[in-house]
Amino acid sequence: MKFDTLVIGGGLAGLTAGISLQQKGLDTAIVSTGQSALHFFSGTFESLESPSERLAELFSAAGIRTHYSPGVRLMPLGSFRPAALSLEDVELFPEPHFADKVLIVNFNGYSDFFPAFLTEGLEAQRMSCRLLELDPPELQALRQSPSEMRSVQIARIMDRHWESVVQAIRAALRDEDAVILPQVFGLKDPSIPGRIRQELPVRVVFAGTQPPSVPGIRTQQLLRRRFELAGGTFLSGDEVVQTHVHDGRVHSVATRNLDHHYLEADHFILATGTFFAKGLAASPSGIRESVFGLDVDCAADRNAWYDPSFAADQPYLHFGVRTDAVLHAVKDGTPMQNLYAVGSILGGTRPEFGSGAGLAVRSAFAAVDQILNQYAV
Amino acid sequence: MNHNELDVIILGGGITGAGTQRDCALRGLRTLLIERSDIATGATGRNHGLLHSGARYAVNDPESAAECIRENMILRRIASHCVEETDGLFITLPEDDLGYQKTFVEACRRAGIGAQVIDPDEARRLEPSVNPGLVGAVRVPDGSVDPFRLCAANMLDAKLHGGEVRLHTEVTALIREGSAITGVRTRNRQSGEEEEFHAPVIVNACGIWGQHIADLAGVKIGMYPAKGALLVFAHRINNLVINRCRKPANADILVPGDTVCIIGTTSTRIPFEECDRVAATPDEVSLLISEGAKLAPALSSTRILRAYAGVRPLVSADNDPSGRNISRGIVCLDHAQRDGLDGFVTITGGKLMTYRLMAEMATDTVCRKLGVEKACSTATLPLPGSEERSYEAVARKIWEVPSTAQKAAVARMGTGASRIESSKPADKALVCECEEVSVGEVRHAIANQDVSTLTDLRRRTRIGMGTCQGGFCACRAAGLLAQAHGCTQRARTDLCDFLQERWKGSFPIGWGDTLREAEYTQWVYKHVLGL
Repeated sequence: MKFDTLVIGGGLAGLTAGISLQQKGLDTAIVSTGQSALHFFSGTFESLESPSERLAELFSAAGIRTHYSPGVRLMPLGSFRPAALSLEDVELFPEPHFADKVLIVNFNGYSDFFPAFLTEGLEAQRMSCRLLELDPPELQALRQSPSEMRSVQIARIMDRHWESVVQAIRAALRDEDAVILPQVFGLKDPSIPGRIRQELPVRVVFAGTQPPSVPGIRTQQLLRRRFELAGGTFLSGDEVVQTHVHDGRVHSVATRNLDHHYLEADHFILATGTFFAKGLAASPSGIRESVFGLDVDCAADRNAWYDPSFAADQPYLHFGVRTDAVLHAVKDGTPMQNLYAVGSILGGTRPEFGSGAGLAVRSAFAAVDQILNQYAV
Repeated sequence: MNHNELDVIILGGGITGAGTQRDCALRGLRTLLIERSDIATGATGRNHGLLHSGARYAVNDPESAAECIRENMILRRIASHCVEETDGLFITLPEDDLGYQKTFVEACRRAGIGAQVIDPDEARRLEPSVNPGLVGAVRVPDGSVDPFRLCAANMLDAKLHGGEVRLHTEVTALIREGSAITGVRTRNRQSGEEEEFHAPVIVNACGIWGQHIADLAGVKIGMYPAKGALLVFAHRINNLVINRCRKPANADILVPGDTVCIIGTTSTRIPFEECDRVAATPDEVSLLISEGAKLAPALSSTRILRAYAGVRPLVSADNDPSGRNISRGIVCLDHAQRDGLDGFVTITGGKLMTYRLMAEMATDTVCRKLGVEKACSTATLPLPGSEERSYEAVARKIWEVPSTAQKAAVARMGTGASRIESSKPADKALVCECEEVSVGEVRHAIANQDVSTLTDLRRRTRIGMGTCQGGFCACRAAGLLAQAHGCTQRARTDLCDFLQERWKGSFPIGWGDTLREAEYTQWVYKHVLGL
């Protein structure tokens, strides 16, 4: 099989690159294990403040509703962090005191949402809180199994039954001027959080839960759908197991599921993520890039990988694949002419792109531009 | 009656202190146990969890070996819910002297330890994970024991017999009247509250930290702290304990326990000042992996969960300051006889295996001093939770069709699991999926087992001890603690402390899946949850 571009990795960086290239008419495939950092997404694109026009267009074409205004956002354990570009689910406030009286709503038996911590955080900002525990009959079946009361399972049910929850909240509201709900709404249907806001007479804030992140999974699905509707090929649940490299160029790769069909392409983008996503792999003797064995910028001495303090900025999170000025990945000291590294696999090696979502999006666009330039010539 | 007036005060909430309190309480004494931290935080909770048959000591220390096998058989009866009767192998590898096997087996038999030479083929059949290159094997009655559970069960029984327990409370001074110690001054490390307690006898059962308490009493005990490092693996690869059949050396015991297995240990003399902050070093980790793989080759490719280290309380039996006369045996000192100081007893040395015997010796001394004549019953009376031996049967008695989480709870609590609330579905929700700990079990531990922090909760329920090392369960449990204590600020600090404590044992082995898990945890708590 032959493509113009093959993207390895289906997270925010890989999908941003894949959609952009496919939209420009390049025949693009994405090989994805299925999960990505979007499954552990807070709903806010860290290190992206106001979106570039390009990103706004991409999101809007995918049906992803985002917004930005300066101020703060509420974190799941009750603290406030600076605002950044966020999904519509995430409310942004000019200042932490966003209401006087808040009704915090949870489902009986759901322990991945933290009303006690939220209450403490809000009370510190002079907001009084009341907890409403709902026990909707639709969740009875989940509750019978001790490990089923988790965000995604609840969200699947709420996609069908959110209206009854809204009714219960409406009946319970006294003089509160805001309601906080867990982010378990709109897994399939992105319009649900907005419709809940319309149905309730007070301000509605969706606060994060323990992962998996419902808004994050929805975002990934919307991006994937956008990529496929544009004509891209998304190979899900697959991974690259073999690579063919000659004269500093990637010729083709083989994947686990399509073992005898080599995937050829003119350009390759590596967006496989960090250690957790298995883009990088650590062993007692060193750190390796998993697909091509690229050069990795890291400390040789294992003792320098960690800070003994859990809360400290960990050195290992800054390790990443080495690249030249235009993001060509470097192998054995030589930049590969048609392989670009983007997203978190760059670690802290390219601080000009920022970190987190900012790094993913900015480096993806930069690599896309490099590829498109070659067609313009 | 003033609750500050007691018959005996026991210092130290490790297994020796807990066992001594139980024995004293069963003999009718009014007891108080004081621990500066939580239960089982010293050597008690920082070892293999090996139910020694005594075989390891048979050649060099026949007296300890004989004590071990007697206590081994007793613990199987009285602490069945804390013990797994796995049996163990002593294997000879090609580089070992096979001639040692004969010496070893004869020494075991002299000590009363059933040691049976088996064919290497039979050993491979019994324990498929064993190094297939072995040239000799001996089967012995080793097993595994959960020291946290054992410690908690002893304390629980002491409380059921009127005992009182003060955790997170440190002794700031011993009260002296003439040539006798008559009480202690304490300070609660969480609330800052200061109190005084009086008793005609104070028992120092503080393990290596007993040296400090002896200093407060103005007597000298020569302690020789020896650090040992161990590794916990994420899977239970062996079902029998695997030992090397040679003179005891580094990393030559692999013990299965619950869902994991543990390799250890090293032995390094350290200065007394370092006892409070021991940690496994990279060199120790490398040594444990390479030596461990000789016992069971699969270890070299098995995920490591955690590295940790403990301090053995080795004691010089006499006043010899050179440390030449160090014993691993039990040391029970009546300071009236030794130093002319009345009302003060030190029980130290020994090991987890012989805790009950140590407690009996200490309690005999206390009773002699108090003129109480009542015989010890701890060798026959089951601990709470161990009244019945089959946990499957116990689980079926409590729940008609027990879930796997309920079976896990019975394995942890024995018959005590009947007190876990499970009538509402929300009680059955899992807080910890690795170890299958329910909301009901967590609530029960918080309400009944002196839990003030997440780390305390871990020692009683195994929350955070599994594969995720707290990544998924810590904030759920913190939510329940915040609810129970009505103080979210404390729960938040506690959550940070707990994650820090887990990281301390993860980063020395921070590669492969362990690093992946750590990255996940650090990402979620910092960026997603906003801790």
